[in-house]
Amino acid sequence: MTIFGWLQIAVVLGAVLLCAWPLGLYMARVFSGEKTPISPLVRPIERAFYAASGIRPEKEQSWLSYTLAMLTFNALGFLILYVLLRLQGNLPLNPQGFSGVAPDLAFNTAMSFVTNTNWQAYGGETTMSHLVQMAGLAVQNFLSAATGIALAIAVTRAFARSSAQTLGNFWVDMTRATLYVLLPLSVLLAIAFVLSGMPQTLAGSVEATTLEGAKQTIALGPVASQEAIKQLGTNGGGFFNANAAHPFENPNAWTNMLSIWSMLLISTALTFTFGRMVGDGHQGVALLIAMYTLLIAATGVVYWAETSGNRLLTQAGVEATAGNMEGKEVRFGQALSALYVVATTALSCGAVNTMHDSLTPLGGLVPMFMIQLGEILPGGVGSGLYGMIVVAILTVFIAGLMVGRTPEYLGKKIEAREMKLAILALLVLPMAILGFSAISAMMPKALESLANAGPHGLSEILYAFSSAAGNNGSAFAGLNANTPWYNTTLGLSMLLGRFAYVVPVMALAGAVAAKKKVPASGGTFPTDSGLFVGLLIGVILILGGLQYFPALALGPIVEHVLMHAGKTF
Amino acid sequence: MLNHLRPALVLLALFTMLTGVVYPLAMTGLAQVMQPSAANGSILMRGHVAVGSALIGQSFTSDRYFRPRPSAAGQNGYDAASSSGSNLGPISKKLIERVEGDVAALRRAGASVVPADAVTASASGLDPHISAAFAALQVTRVAAARNLPETRVRALVQALTKRPMLGLIGEPRLNVLELNLALDAGLPGGAG
Repeated sequence: MTIFGWLQIAVVLGAVLLCAWPLGLYMARVFSGEKTPISPLVRPIERAFYAASGIRPEKEQSWLSYTLAMLTFNALGFLILYVLLRLQGNLPLNPQGFSGVAPDLAFNTAMSFVTNTNWQAYGGETTMSHLVQMAGLAVQNFLSAATGIALAIAVTRAFARSSAQTLGNFWVDMTRATLYVLLPLSVLLAIAFVLSGMPQTLAGSVEATTLEGAKQTIALGPVASQEAIKQLGTNGGGFFNANAAHPFENPNAWTNMLSIWSMLLISTALTFTFGRMVGDGHQGVALLIAMYTLLIAATGVVYWAETSGNRLLTQAGVEATAGNMEGKEVRFGQALSALYVVATTALSCGAVNTMHDSLTPLGGLVPMFMIQLGEILPGGVGSGLYGMIVVAILTVFIAGLMVGRTPEYLGKKIEAREMKLAILALLVLPMAILGFSAISAMMPKALESLANAGPHGLSEILYAFSSAAGNNGSAFAGLNANTPWYNTTLGLSMLLGRFAYVVPVMALAGAVAAKKKVPASGGTFPTDSGLFVGLLIGVILILGGLQYFPALALGPIVEHVLMHAGKTF
Repeated sequence: MLNHLRPALVLLALFTMLTGVVYPLAMTGLAQVMQPSAANGSILMRGHVAVGSALIGQSFTSDRYFRPRPSAAGQNGYDAASSSGSNLGPISKKLIERVEGDVAALRRAGASVVPADAVTASASGLDPHISAAFAALQVTRVAAARNLPETRVRALVQALTKRPMLGLIGEPRLNVLELNLALDAGLPGGAG
């Protein structure tokens, strides 16, 4: 670790916080229907969209109606993407002539992009036509992110309102998230990416003759436009197999910083939106501090582990100062590779500029644990915020138990029904992750997919289901996940992780909205205090530790011990 | 749920047009005007022949050229239509044996210190860069193969070393293709 490394990390995170604050307040205006600087341009398009689809924007929905609208929209999006993938071979804009995608892979991929996971059991440049990349996958990059933002705004309104029956209108929130937030930011970022050297073309590939006379086929495509929304929407699905490690998806150190900045931007900004909308900015900042404390601590661990390097390689005679370079690119350096690893998993982004499979044991443990903590640090766009609110509710409940008072959060009494729903949501992830991992670890057929033997093999399985259920999408990519078993079970994990999680959360929001806001009294536990932030961090870590420590002990932890003992597999 | 069907269908169609067609095509048009070379992959030409991309590494095996990092892209490495890392875990026997083999080869060729990037596969398998240390290690071999004084090759390496942006962002590194093109074109300051 060097001062320069930490300085780079500080510059990126500082820029995120600096830009997230105004963006957060801007989003609060957007979702409250107030006028914004770009309204004159966007408002007519917005109105036309409502008119064409028969939406009455002023008509608000109950939690149930809001949720059903969201589910219908996503189910339909899934179906259309599935059909597009299956029929790819017969559709235009397919310069490389790829054939239709197999049923299990199409199911997995459609589910993956609709749930904002962007798990990729395929290599982009060897499987997907430009039409599918643009009109299929990139569209869901926008819409799954917009869905996440809409849901977070609905949950926020539940705490902002008193004795309310409605949470807003899903169609309006989703449309505004796309038109006012995601699309304008994507245009700006795509332009910045192009100016920094990223390709953006409809050509399929270029044939080059190398200096030694060999043929090199260089795959190309509309990379910059896709990269922009992939980062901003915390989607993470790469145009190429190597994702943001590919020089076309991430040509230099500057685009690398821009990529990290852009993936953290909206999720971070939403905490400010939350604070503004519930009428108390400190509440959002408290959540933000908890998120960034853990994010920075985790970055420190990965940075330390990776610069300490792989002891076995040092023993083999490799010079140690550069740290572990297997699966890393020279142009990024260890500090910003470490920050990327942590940011992409603390968010539910899943883009990678480093091959996580080749991280040192502890360097690989951290991203896996970040996902398992529930994708809330600060988590995917929208999903991170509502996930964090669920944990905040659990925290005030535990604090309430300690002193024997009915817990409150933001003036809303948290009672039995709310707690049951919160716990229901919290149980989805460990059930999917540990359940499917355990079954896979016992199936000879599933074990054939492993690229690495020993504890690292278990890590590959555990990481895959964590990534799918956490809607992350990064991988210990040695695992051959393009098999009927993994395509199906990982697809189901994504489905559970997104929708089985959010339905109870929306029911919780409905129950909270209906409650009267009670003014804080002397006995209220202040949720903008340092004590609350500390307790929140404690609850996040204890919850994650209790659920996953045994599994992690058998994977990366024992691997770390074996590395020091000089054992290989 | 049925009353949600119409808005769902219509909005999906509209957003597919807007974000799936208009947005990428507009960005493509803009990119082709603003930055045509980069937008088409930063392809390097020698005469009328495309010799590769400034951003994408390629394979070099001859002693006359600087060599890139090991690559796991495609069957033989540096397959720019099939990017990939090795995905070998830190205590993988395959990884350790591969690295031991490469270290031994470099040692036989006279290396006393083996820089990490010289024996580790990059994340994309297409890393166009090597560290200054790995380049320095290859100067003697390349100079001998080309009958050039070592000092001149070393000066070229010095000249082409990319420094971190603002002295802070990124790592000191060399683009292997750029370096080898410069060698072929003749060294700066004289015929070669």
